[in-house]
Amino acid sequence: MSLHLDIVTPEKMVFSDSVENVYLPGADGELGVLPQHAGLVTALKPGELRYLHDGKVVILAVGSGFAEITQTQVVVLTDMALGEAEIDVAQAESAIQRAQEQLHGVEHSMDAEEVAFLQGIIAKSTVAINFKRKSQG
Amino acid sequence: MANLRDIRRRIKSVKNTAQITRAMQLVAAAKMKKAQDQALGGRAYSRHLLQVLYDIRKNFAHETHPFLEQRPGNRELVLVISTDKGLCGAINTNLARKIMAQTSPESDFITVGRKLRAVCEKLGKKVIADFTVKDPVPFGETRPIATFISKHFIERNYDKVTIAFTNFYNTLRQEPKVVTLLPLQGHRPDQDQAFELIGGGFSGQAHKNDPDRDFEFEPDAGEVLGAILPLYLNYEVFQAHLEARASEHSARMVAMKSATDNANKFIKELTLEYNKLRQGAITSELLEITTAMKAVE
Repeated sequence: MSLHLDIVTPEKMVFSDSVENVYLPGADGELGVLPQHAGLVTALKPGELRYLHDGKVVILAVGSGFAEITQTQVVVLTDMALGEAEIDVAQAESAIQRAQEQLHGVEHSMDAEEVAFLQGIIAKSTVAINFKRKSQG
Repeated sequence: MANLRDIRRRIKSVKNTAQITRAMQLVAAAKMKKAQDQALGGRAYSRHLLQVLYDIRKNFAHETHPFLEQRPGNRELVLVISTDKGLCGAINTNLARKIMAQTSPESDFITVGRKLRAVCEKLGKKVIADFTVKDPVPFGETRPIATFISKHFIERNYDKVTIAFTNFYNTLRQEPKVVTLLPLQGHRPDQDQAFELIGGGFSGQAHKNDPDRDFEFEPDAGEVLGAILPLYLNYEVFQAHLEARASEHSARMVAMKSATDNANKFIKELTLEYNKLRQGAITSELLEITTAMKAVE
């Protein structure tokens, strides 16, 4: 029994193949998925996603999104999925700074969606930076 | 001879035109590649999003959200995605014709792209907003459009929002499409029809009665639905722009290619005519000389 993992971002299909297990950063805490998992749809928060593919553990930094789990398949929809090599710390830091500046501007206008969007950028960029720093030791 | 000079001048001007259309063809080809990749890459996300949405609706048909509310009225808002520049074949005309056929005549419009905005104004339609979207399409620029649409829908200014754009199939085939964006339709298990999907296609049929697809929800169905619907709206609007942009560049590339081909054919014909005339002139000159010689003898 195998588990098929699809990781999809708006830009492209990041990963699509059979894996042995997946660990997801669920909204209510980390979630381990093995084959034959019960059907589940969960919100994801920015964090680390791990999967075991061909005997190797692969770790990605992911943004917020959703995961749909069936007994044979896991579909991860997220706005970011980056491996360690793809993360550009300087770029992520400037993204945080820009989002914070904008956040300052809109906070008074009470545009809830805009605020949530900007906070999302900050959260996912922070995750990316921490992940990069951790893996570099 | 005046005629010869005329033809020479025409050949020159057609050559210039061919050079320009060829340059435009090359530019469009480069942009086309990028736009097509972006459109095709975005489809997987949009399709999976629909699938999750479908599963939620199947398991929790009673969950409500303003986006799902069917209203009796027929005040319609149409988001039209056309091109900023012309010289891209018939895609804008085809889209305009499709809009006229498939939307109610009293609809109000939001326009992206100058070409159909001008048409809407000429026809006396009410354009309530106009957006400009850069090339290649950045997500940040389509988000305000989705926000604007959802605001108008939730405030009950309109009962229905449709989106009109040119769907991309391949380099030679693009088709105008008018899709209902809000209220979300076809997301109920009792409706078998395929999703009116922007981009590719997804049919709920394949998943019907699949026992594997009974889901638990975390944190809970209402919250997941509340988070996924705005995301869905944002990405469908974004994806429609990607499709429209890919279609635009493909259509322009093809239009410019056929313009270049036509110009080259024309040059060939003109050159042939020019040579014929030139030869005719030489022959008649020779004739004159020989007749003169004969006369002297």
